[in-house]
Amino acid sequence: MPTANDTIEQLAQREYKYGFETTLETDTFEPGLNEDVIRRLSAIKGEPEWLLEFRLKAYRTWLEMREPRWHNLKFDPIDYQAISYYSAPKKKPELKSMDEVDPEVRKTFEKLGIPLNEQMLLAGVAVDAVFDSVSVATTFREKLMELGIIFCSFSEAVREHPELVKKYLGSVVPYTDNFYATLNSAVFSDGSFVYIPRGVRCPMELSTYFRINAKNTGQFERTLIVADEGSHVSYLEGCTAPMRDEHQLHAAVVELVALDHATIKYSTIQNWYPGDKNGKGGIYNFVTKRGKAFTRAKITWTQVETGSAITWKYPSCILQGDHSIGEFYSVATTNNYQQADTGTKMIHLGKNTRSTIVSKGISAGRGQNTYRGAVKIGKNAHGARNYSQCDSLLIGDKCGAHTFPYLEIKNTSAKVEHEASTSKIGEDQIFYCRQRGIATEDAVNMIVSGFCKEVFRELPMEFAVEAQKLLSISLEGSVG
Amino acid sequence: MLLSIRDLRVKAEDKEILKGLSLDVNAGEVHAIMGPNGSGKSTLARALAGHPGYEVTGGTVTYAGKDLLAMAPEERACEGVFMAFQYPVEIHGINNSYFLKAALNAVKKYRGQQELDAVEFMQLVKSKARLLDMDQAMLGRSVNEGFSGGEKKRNEIFQMAVLEPKLAILDETDSGLDIDALKVVSNGVNNLRHPDRAIIVVTHYQRLLNYIVPDFVHVLTEGRIVRSGGKELAFELEERGYSWALEPGGSMNEPAGART
Repeated sequence: MPTANDTIEQLAQREYKYGFETTLETDTFEPGLNEDVIRRLSAIKGEPEWLLEFRLKAYRTWLEMREPRWHNLKFDPIDYQAISYYSAPKKKPELKSMDEVDPEVRKTFEKLGIPLNEQMLLAGVAVDAVFDSVSVATTFREKLMELGIIFCSFSEAVREHPELVKKYLGSVVPYTDNFYATLNSAVFSDGSFVYIPRGVRCPMELSTYFRINAKNTGQFERTLIVADEGSHVSYLEGCTAPMRDEHQLHAAVVELVALDHATIKYSTIQNWYPGDKNGKGGIYNFVTKRGKAFTRAKITWTQVETGSAITWKYPSCILQGDHSIGEFYSVATTNNYQQADTGTKMIHLGKNTRSTIVSKGISAGRGQNTYRGAVKIGKNAHGARNYSQCDSLLIGDKCGAHTFPYLEIKNTSAKVEHEASTSKIGEDQIFYCRQRGIATEDAVNMIVSGFCKEVFRELPMEFAVEAQKLLSISLEGSVG
Repeated sequence: MLLSIRDLRVKAEDKEILKGLSLDVNAGEVHAIMGPNGSGKSTLARALAGHPGYEVTGGTVTYAGKDLLAMAPEERACEGVFMAFQYPVEIHGINNSYFLKAALNAVKKYRGQQELDAVEFMQLVKSKARLLDMDQAMLGRSVNEGFSGGEKKRNEIFQMAVLEPKLAILDETDSGLDIDALKVVSNGVNNLRHPDRAIIVVTHYQRLLNYIVPDFVHVLTEGRIVRSGGKELAFELEERGYSWALEPGGSMNEPAGART
């Protein structure tokens, strides 16, 4: 007689619906990394001397570094010389309008449901799409420009707004930060740049869509968002990749700067290819995301992580200014052989700083899900407060959930609360739903979405729906 | 005959609990199943509802002319079988009325009926909530989360009122209830007595049967029904204890399942 656990086994049969590949002519570097590669990369992009220097300093630092080993992840060593560090669609990505985008690329984005056209206007979302390493289209730029908002590819920002890039690049994540961020600093190819001028409230969601297409390439994008005093912006990134048997590396860096009284809301729906049900292939996602909040500024990270074979990601906040606020809302799902080691760091430096952490980990199949979070209260952070809540949900009996909260408190006036729970979608919960007429799959979706409720409600409306769908796809078949 | 159980054998965790149980239930009747702890009362309820932890190793169950044991739990529910849980399950983040709407519409869809929209559903729910003296606020709370024992049981009967089953099985609905809650819950059940509906009340104590007066009482011991009778049997049991029911030649000697 099948029990819920047997049926859970059956559920691990999910399909990755974004697994197609696009055939394009590309300029791709031979695999390998050395100073020449970096010089060539920089030259192709027509970068100024200071940026090349930044890259080279990072590269030299990286050579001295070793991969971190403290994470709760198991994977074969990555051969950094087997990766190509640049791949771009051949047609020159110097585009005035969407019509000029390579039709193949456009078709890809259409398949992905990224409406890179007039529909975007209705949706009120401005999109920058990064295909392999190059940003191919940025919509609504002109409309935003009227408000003084800059939303463009990183390369373009380097050309058009070098003073802003130079001022803020590496100001939150220095090129010496960690193995993967340092590698990114050396070889980053493109990404998005956003600047919101003083007092401006960005009238639409800004969005970046990342797609890794070419084989054996790494994607190293760099995102820099600067919200000037009193401004407000909500930004969303989405990610997909084709299905491949080999692993692909994704090592991005995102830096957020929220100046006094500014608000940045950064939401991610990460759906990189997770590998097949036997753990073959999938993206290795090693990402450094950090924001710095100045006086009375607020940074909110919301992430829904359903993809990637390996997720290593800790979107963090440095609460530098007095009364600044940091928030982290996360849903991380691991199914089959996926592994996630994710969480956040809240570093309280200013007085009366506040942070909230809500982390929801869902493990199914043989997935391993680790929450790793640090709350640091500096000695001058009088009246700092933190609330952390880490909940784990297990589906089946072959998966794992782990929680590693670190607290470092140097100010006695701080108030830090931590709550954690682990629950299992048990036979009883599913049976209860079934006894009321609700089929198993619907019951699991219902239980999971209830579990994630506190995070979903932080997402922009249309993406909350998307996230819920994605989650049910990614857990499809985990209970049958 | 709405429900006909013949020689039912059920195993849980490799141990045989029901050892050849037979029982007939007609629409409109209320049957009480009584018995000492471990006699198999709850096993019977859960096996009828199709709980995956209970394995049927023998016997038949015919429900409304169909083979009940061949159906998945959700099919049984859609066919009109309802079980009020002894320990209602909590579901975080899903509010009570959302859950119930999903359930009701799943049942309606199965039956090829029009699903209710939010407005129709809320009207239905409000009228049923009154029946059980349910606080409106309870509808907006997560399913059973943070509910007191009494609220949980009341919520079960409320769900029953909304889903309008043909066969309702109440599994120790009286356990953990104080006298006031017991009255409210029993009232709710009595309001749901109907010529088209059969109710099986599983209980350890006679107390509940003062409020929900059964047409028939069955004594279950060691996996079999050893005695059946009218409501008086419950009083006799209360007075003399379950061991008496095991003695041969007790006052009620009509064998279980012989009645038609």
